[in-house]
Amino acid sequence: MTAETIIQSLASGLLMGLLYGLIAAGLALIFGLMDVVNFAHGEFLMIAMYATFFLFAFFALDPLLAAPLVAASLFVLGAMVYLLVVRFAMRAKANAGMVQIFSTFGLAIVMRGLAQYFFTPDYRSVTHSWLGGKTVSVAGVFLPEPQLVGALVSIAAFAALYFFIHRTDFGRALEATREDAGAVALVGIDKNRVFALGWGLGAALVGLAGAIMATFFYIYPDVGASFALIAYVTVALGGFGSVFGAFAGGIIVGLVEAATALALPPSLKSIGIYAVYLLVVFIRPRGLFGSI
Amino acid sequence: MDKAFAARRRRDLMVAAGLVIIAALLPLFVRNVYIQNIMVLTLMYTALSQSWNILSGYCGQISLGHSLYFGLGAYTTALLFTKLGVLPWFGMLGGGIVSALIAMALGYPCFRLRGHYFVIATIVIAETTLLLFQNWEFAGAALGIDIPIRRDSWLTFQFARSKLPYFYFALALAAVAWFVTWWLEDSRWGYWWRAVKDNPDAAESLGVVVFNSKMGAAAVSAFLVAVGGSFYAQFVSYIDPDSVMGFQFSLLMALPAVLGGIGTLWGPMLGAVILIPLTELTRSYVGGSGRGVDLIVYGTLIVLISLVRPQGLVGLFAPRRKVAAP
Repeated sequence: MTAETIIQSLASGLLMGLLYGLIAAGLALIFGLMDVVNFAHGEFLMIAMYATFFLFAFFALDPLLAAPLVAASLFVLGAMVYLLVVRFAMRAKANAGMVQIFSTFGLAIVMRGLAQYFFTPDYRSVTHSWLGGKTVSVAGVFLPEPQLVGALVSIAAFAALYFFIHRTDFGRALEATREDAGAVALVGIDKNRVFALGWGLGAALVGLAGAIMATFFYIYPDVGASFALIAYVTVALGGFGSVFGAFAGGIIVGLVEAATALALPPSLKSIGIYAVYLLVVFIRPRGLFGSI
Repeated sequence: MDKAFAARRRRDLMVAAGLVIIAALLPLFVRNVYIQNIMVLTLMYTALSQSWNILSGYCGQISLGHSLYFGLGAYTTALLFTKLGVLPWFGMLGGGIVSALIAMALGYPCFRLRGHYFVIATIVIAETTLLLFQNWEFAGAALGIDIPIRRDSWLTFQFARSKLPYFYFALALAAVAWFVTWWLEDSRWGYWWRAVKDNPDAAESLGVVVFNSKMGAAAVSAFLVAVGGSFYAQFVSYIDPDSVMGFQFSLLMALPAVLGGIGTLWGPMLGAVILIPLTELTRSYVGGSGRGVDLIVYGTLIVLISLVRPQGLVGLFAPRRKVAAP
């Protein structure tokens, strides 16, 4: 194994890690806002990928152009999921923890079933796009364009999110609701509206990731499941609820995955991520940057 | 202990005995092999869900990684039988003991985690083990193990001609899992578990050893699930990592309890009796053309139950008990 191979893999790992961070950002945002883990997060990603695929197949829209549309549709989906399901799950008096897990889990199963029913279990792919299949060489390291653009989109999205949370009224309302959902009602903030917008925003972020993912990954009804587990690990590593912890968590996950793939057979590449997750929570049960 | 409670426990036991007798007579009337197959699966999931319920329902430690113990049971039995010729009966016991020990070894670090960190750790551990088995050459790696078919016999627990022996074994397993739950419900352990579930800090302050309570629940739960896995290996006579250790088993063990009533004596059975035939039937009658309809049906069911009746269906069937006058 040469130094070049190692640098090459770590570079792709870093790019992939930034994308993992973007996938996980919405999950972390929603958790931070209301202590709910969305177990249908992977299915949001799956739907975003299908949306990108259909915009490409029917309107020949390039995934890069489709991305804002997909993010906007996912925003609506996320807000609807909150208003129609999660809002009621939050009111459960009996078995509260269980209700939160299984209401979104049930939703994930329904979404997967609907995808199988309407889109069939066949594997789809966006066959040609501006980015797909191309690489650029940066200082002798070859970087695949989809992942490179994905990484840039991820950095831009996190920057926008940072600005949004710290500089806008809605962002401040989000922070305030997160700190004390009861007290914000006293200053005239509608908790439900903030939660719905939070879910919309979380889903829009994963929608953005899905549009990019569609350029280099197969699209099928179960595609969300494997990425969902990576997203949970990413979020937990960063510490649940810390949106920027998810950014750091994503980078760690991407690098660890790449390093594992160098050392072990490809079929075992996820072992490294899982091992790091267990190691981190066993030593620090609140994740790396967790404060709750 | 108050009298009403003792009477309820006696009544539960009699109802259970009655149900076992009725179930045991069912095959006299149901000769259709397809329906018999569904009955075997329903009983198996009753047993599995009842066992899952001990750790996740009574003790409140929601595990979505119990497929690990199911798979360990299946693999222990199959490996011992194909490599060493050990009879499945010993394999079952061995699988149960191995799983209980592993559950305690894993519980040692995991039970310090709370809430979502714990749930995700259980998924991650099961997935890691799945990956290891997919790459373990000695155990057939991804191809799995074909259990050689010999003569139909109780000795090797193999029956190619009739489903009935499997049916009666699954019935016995479900009955044992129910009885263990019934017995533990009123034991010291049962009270500790409920205390740990409701408020671990308060329980600790009252002298409940929270950590040991969780370990006990994990061991019993894993042992019983592993026996279920051993049974399944014999029943299907071919296993591979995905078909016995996949995440779907973790879900399928949890859902009947969620539907029927998590942390209740009758919930898992009630849930399994509704859920398993429903999914099997929708899969074969509606699912043929489109696939996915079975998922839509039970996903919807789970969402509705979680939102409308989080305590499960079980309360709907219980006779209204009047509050006893002091």
